[in-house]
Amino acid sequence: MAVSRSKKRRIENVIETLKHDKAAIISIIFLIVVIILSLAAPFLPLEPNKTDIAHMLNAPSVHHWFGTDEVGRDYLARVIYGGRISLLVGVLAMLMSVCIGVTIGTVSGYFGGIIDAILMRIVDVMQSIPWLVLVTVISIFFKQGLSSIIIVIGFFSWMEISRLVRAEIMSIKEREYILYAEFSGVSRFLIIIRHLIPAVLPTIIIAATTSIANAIMTESSLSFLGIGIQEPMSSWGKLLQSAQSNLQNAIYMAIIPGLLIMFTIFAFNKLGNLIRIYVEPRVTDGTK
Amino acid sequence: MAKYIVKRILSAIPLLLIITIICFFLINLAPYDAIDSMTTPKMSEELVQMIREKYGYDQPVYIQYIRWLGGLLNGNFGYSIVNGTNIFDDLVSRIPNTIVLVLPAYLAAYIISIVLGLLAGSHKNKRLDKIIDGYASLGIAMPTFWVAMLLIYIFGYKLGLLPILGMHTVGVDTTADFLRHFILPFVVLTLSFIPDNLRYVRSSTITQYSEDYVMVQRAFGASKGEIMFKHVCKNVLLPVITKLGMALPTLVTGAVITETVFSWPGVGPYFIKAIQGMDYPIIMVVLVLSSTLVILGNLLSDILYCITDPRIRKMR
Amino acid sequence: MENKNHVILDIENLTAAFQIHKSRVVAVRGVSLYMEDGDILAIVGESGSGKSVTMKSVMGILGENAQVKADKLEVMGKDLLKLSEKEIRSMRGSDMAMIFQDPMTALNPLKKIGQHMVEVIRRHRKVTKKEAEEIAVEMLKKVGIPSPESRMNQYPHEFSGGMRQRVMIAMALCSQPRLLIADEPTTALDVTIQAQILQLLKKLSVEEKMNIILITHDLGVVASLARKIAVMYGGLIMEQGTTEEIFYHPAHPYTRALLHAIPKCESGCRERLEPIPGHAPSLADPPAGCPFVTRCSFACQECRKEIPKMKQYSETQRARCIFLPEQLDELRDKRQKADRKEGEDHDGK
Repeated sequence: MAVSRSKKRRIENVIETLKHDKAAIISIIFLIVVIILSLAAPFLPLEPNKTDIAHMLNAPSVHHWFGTDEVGRDYLARVIYGGRISLLVGVLAMLMSVCIGVTIGTVSGYFGGIIDAILMRIVDVMQSIPWLVLVTVISIFFKQGLSSIIIVIGFFSWMEISRLVRAEIMSIKEREYILYAEFSGVSRFLIIIRHLIPAVLPTIIIAATTSIANAIMTESSLSFLGIGIQEPMSSWGKLLQSAQSNLQNAIYMAIIPGLLIMFTIFAFNKLGNLIRIYVEPRVTDGTK
Repeated sequence: MAKYIVKRILSAIPLLLIITIICFFLINLAPYDAIDSMTTPKMSEELVQMIREKYGYDQPVYIQYIRWLGGLLNGNFGYSIVNGTNIFDDLVSRIPNTIVLVLPAYLAAYIISIVLGLLAGSHKNKRLDKIIDGYASLGIAMPTFWVAMLLIYIFGYKLGLLPILGMHTVGVDTTADFLRHFILPFVVLTLSFIPDNLRYVRSSTITQYSEDYVMVQRAFGASKGEIMFKHVCKNVLLPVITKLGMALPTLVTGAVITETVFSWPGVGPYFIKAIQGMDYPIIMVVLVLSSTLVILGNLLSDILYCITDPRIRKMR
Repeated sequence: MENKNHVILDIENLTAAFQIHKSRVVAVRGVSLYMEDGDILAIVGESGSGKSVTMKSVMGILGENAQVKADKLEVMGKDLLKLSEKEIRSMRGSDMAMIFQDPMTALNPLKKIGQHMVEVIRRHRKVTKKEAEEIAVEMLKKVGIPSPESRMNQYPHEFSGGMRQRVMIAMALCSQPRLLIADEPTTALDVTIQAQILQLLKKLSVEEKMNIILITHDLGVVASLARKIAVMYGGLIMEQGTTEEIFYHPAHPYTRALLHAIPKCESGCRERLEPIPGHAPSLADPPAGCPFVTRCSFACQECRKEIPKMKQYSETQRARCIFLPEQLDELRDKRQKADRKEGEDHDGK
């Protein structure tokens, strides 16, 4: 009963925050719309690759809501399909970095000793290389394309998560129920799966939302620098890259994808905050 | 404390070595090597072999590594594959350009973010705080290059006020001309540096205000100003100052994107061009250089922390 | 002038509420307290009873989400309700000072003890830095800190908990306040240190002619120190009286329950300690009647209807219970008899 009561309390906390924080409500609605559009894109009457030389660089109009690009493609369609890629990269890279980060963090924190020392030195080394530099360098080893960009981002952004998870595992493993489980002969693997991972789940979820936001930002930077997504595929960053050369006569081509990147990242960060309010009620409950 | 600092410096050395090893082997694994740039398909097998021997590429990998490392330490960074220029000379001419841009921007952002962060933190949940925090949340979500593009559009194209490319107008070498080129990238960079530090300062201000000693000070008759300037400020700024050390690598690689957008002749475009042209020696040097700066920066900030925080100062 | 007003504290019907999001939590629901010069008053109650909030509202140091109201709020003849924020601020740390539960966090970790002291001294007295340092050393000596000159240059983390609490007391002494509010000053300390600090407070109250209000959850702590006791529960004063009255003729069931929860040595440890069952009531949604009703063994229908009125038992003793002490005794005896009988029945079988 106590559990359900606290759960109710937590949900109340979140609702209370939502009432005061209009930006959070808008963020969630925005995310839902973007995700639905991305999922439904193939079923919509959109042709992102159909060129139309007669209507190049047309400003937004009733016919083309977001205008057309330098070869007359419907920009709305390009933006929606670009969003698909941006979100896809964000989500998959996040899954990858969360998997690696949680595994390394858990192993490191739970087993400690020499394993921990080695793994944490690896993390040190990887964090010593400026992120952008590391990712750009690695990206030249892969054939440019969607899967490699996901791998590159996912594979080189798990370090922070692993540190967070490690720290938490180290404190949780000293608790009685874990000690008891060890004492009664439960295998280490089961302890990790049944007790440790569920206990750090809140941290993981919060880290995951920020991780999506970061991945989307990195993807757009890489694509903008020309070492990310390649034509004819597009992402919001890629769209911005092509918008750069038409800046003077088609500013809408730069404004639209940029706003979308901004709102998406903002919304994911807000979402992370809401989840934090849910899983760590103390943060908001300060009566003092 | 001295012991701790020495220990800390000693532990940084192996880290640096490991990074050079990784960089070297990473590049060795690359599907293309320095010999390819010096040879042409027309050359005979013997000639290629001769060049190989001349540059030491016939020797075992670890000897190549040691020679490369020795070269790095002596300032012999090697030569670009693509256009054969001396990398050391290139960097010597480019790094100052980057520093000229990054340092003022970082310092400006640093000061602005501290002021705004303290303001927001001390007015928690009031209107002022909401505005500042809202700006920070949006600022973090804004891609730097996008901000740059918008500013270029407004000030470069629409208003025609400011130049949008490079550091000087060709043939003109006046301070005024430099400043006109400087403004846009400076603003973009400053805006991109602010949000992170601002959020940090804000949240640590809020934490400090919730500490017991603030209430105690009020109980002893301290005014709001006294609490802010004699207590909270000091406790917030101390860790913030130590963060300055960590900004060291920013001086070289902190503006890659901004420099690229504005064609600022710094390290950024040089590096991006090297990446696009698969110019391995350059990539390798930038990689090692920037990692070294990260490690040195962390070291510096640890040492600063040690010196400034009495709790650690006396403990170690 | 000082001798003229012998009333140190006079509060009537003080309420304090916190606004948390949209809900309002009333922590203090109408407290009246009166204290004369030369008293040591103890406010006793468990955590959440509103004892600490009451005194913090007197000091005016509650957070910005707090609303404090009172019919009367006078400290040393000064009407705090009429004074400006600035005037009240100048009283804090000079006329009245407060020390707190956790001496570990009460001092700014990045400032030396000397800096803390000098800052407080110079805030209220026009003295040079040098003079302030001399005063500080003297105060540290007074609270029993050995080699105070060198201690002045140390940081809080170099002090033990007991020593830090002494520093806090020294800080409070700096401007010779007539009222010192000590909010659970010994709770965070070791038992032996607790006794030392209490001794120190007692000594200072005599030497410095300082009136002390001691907030505590531990009746045992106050027995030797306080002259008067107010027992708080659920934001209300349940009973108040002299120490003798509270210990020997408690009129309220809650006071009685508290007394049963203290270990007593003279009874040869035969008597069992009786914990008070249940939890303190929620402040966000307090029961309509007596707040103690859910845990009181004498509770009846009547108790749930409204908050019982204060009843005066002597010039100094008052309690908030619908039953008279004699009635409570009677009820208890009856019950004990019944229990004993039941026990005998069991034995018989």
